Amino acid sequence: MTEINFQRASAQIVATLTRILGPRHIALAEEVAQDALLKALETWPHAGVPLNPSAWLIQVAKNRALDVLRRERWLADRIALVAVQLDSSGSPPSSVSPMTGGPPAPPSEHARLRHEPVMPDDDQLWMMFLACHPVLAREARVALTLKTVCGFGVGEIARAFLVREDTIAQRLVRAKRQLRDADVAFELAPAEYADRLESVLGVLYLLFNEGHSPHAGDELIRVELCDEAIRLTRLIADEPTLATPAVHALLALMHLQAARLPARMGGEDVQRLPEQDRSRWDRALIARGLRDLDRSSAGDVLTVYHLEAGIAACHAVAPRYDDTDWSRIVEFYDLLAAIKPTPIVALNRAIALSRLHGPRAGLAAIEQIADDPVLSRYYLLPATLGELALESGDVARAADCFRAALECECSRPERRSLERKLQQLLAEAPADSRLPGTPQRRP
Amino acid sequence: MPQYTLLLRGEKDRLAHLAPSEMQAIVARYSTWIDELGAAGKLGGSHKLRDGQGRVLRKAASKIVVTDGPFTEGKELMGGLFVIEAASFDEAVAIANGCPHLDFGSVEVREIEVMRRP
Repeated sequence: MTEINFQRASAQIVATLTRILGPRHIALAEEVAQDALLKALETWPHAGVPLNPSAWLIQVAKNRALDVLRRERWLADRIALVAVQLDSSGSPPSSVSPMTGGPPAPPSEHARLRHEPVMPDDDQLWMMFLACHPVLAREARVALTLKTVCGFGVGEIARAFLVREDTIAQRLVRAKRQLRDADVAFELAPAEYADRLESVLGVLYLLFNEGHSPHAGDELIRVELCDEAIRLTRLIADEPTLATPAVHALLALMHLQAARLPARMGGEDVQRLPEQDRSRWDRALIARGLRDLDRSSAGDVLTVYHLEAGIAACHAVAPRYDDTDWSRIVEFYDLLAAIKPTPIVALNRAIALSRLHGPRAGLAAIEQIADDPVLSRYYLLPATLGELALESGDVARAADCFRAALECECSRPERRSLERKLQQLLAEAPADSRLPGTPQRRP
Repeated sequence: MPQYTLLLRGEKDRLAHLAPSEMQAIVARYSTWIDELGAAGKLGGSHKLRDGQGRVLRKAASKIVVTDGPFTEGKELMGGLFVIEAASFDEAVAIANGCPHLDFGSVEVREIEVMRRP
């Protein structure tokens, strides 16, 4: 089979062509990337897959871009320059008709200037920082990154975020229009890279979490979200001018969390930390994460990523669940709650407290945040309350809580896991503790 | 062994909005289908027809009229064809049944009649 990844190829074409043609022309770059894939789809079944499929695709896309630009007589004075750049990647594959009809002109001064290494010399990185342009709202940055940097389709993005397809499509059109109206420059200054780094990391963090956390949505795409987030964060970490301690901390967090994924998805249900088969954790990823964490400690910056990676590291190095260093984890959560005072962090801190001081301590901590409107539809709040109630021997309350959790939106594996717990609990509980409405089997 | 041709028709637009990963999945299915046919020695030929260059010739009142086309909107155009070998019409239909094109358009199966010159 072909060794080509269409999604990657599409992203590469969009990034390369946008960089050559300018940010005003993202839409054109996307259009010709799609055209090239379409042509492959129509041609390859008959002609076979070419020897170098990526080169074939990018050449088809470049030819198509030139056709379109010629037809539109786009910026007549720039055509020659752009033509040289579009032509610069060697001779076209034999199955593609030549586009210029003559030998390429020697690169102009401008072209040579444009070919000098820029910072950073990677089209995908450049595209990532373009997609996080400050004129764009965060959700637009996320959508644009997924579409242009990761090569996801509109439908896939919509499914991953449980948003309607036309909403995503409109968001993307609007984002591209905003970039055009802002007349964004071709190249970013080093200072702009530095300014946008935080925003880029924020988007990557969100991608990873969306893929990692069991909310809802399409399972397959979610795994890909994690993979893409890691791939792109590694790109930044490998670029010396961009690799700040925060970058290494985020990468550490991703590696350490991803290491546990094989154990988490084991079996039909989502396996929570206590139940996970730790022999299925990816040791190489853990080692990598710990190295990243080490690198992140250079300097005196302490970010959310540092703390969350610290917590993930505590779990990763514990041979068994009972060996977990809960007091250290609670310390991390205390610090985290100070710089990221969200109800979700508070909920997780409560869970850690319950491990350290018992279920009642956890329940008490949760009661302080239970009325927070952010958590009102979050299944993990009642699900956690249910676990802690069960641990403290309150079966009726536990059953109530699990039922409440099932009322919330959550992924199918999570739902199965909750249903199983509830059934188990009802089966084991003495009949008189069952709640009204529960079907009772009679002999 | 008798030869059959599979005529592939479809609307181009039906593929245009697929996500890259979806297109890759189709290419992969085609590769599998064709590799299997090839391995079984049943693939006789494969042709893609070039888009947008059709001419239709018709005789009207003893004059030949040439028109561009067919490019009618919404009409299923012939995009390509395969020639296969099969022991029977049923086998040819079974082979066509596995053609990934069926998700996007129709496949017409016709036996190629062998004619001998006298």
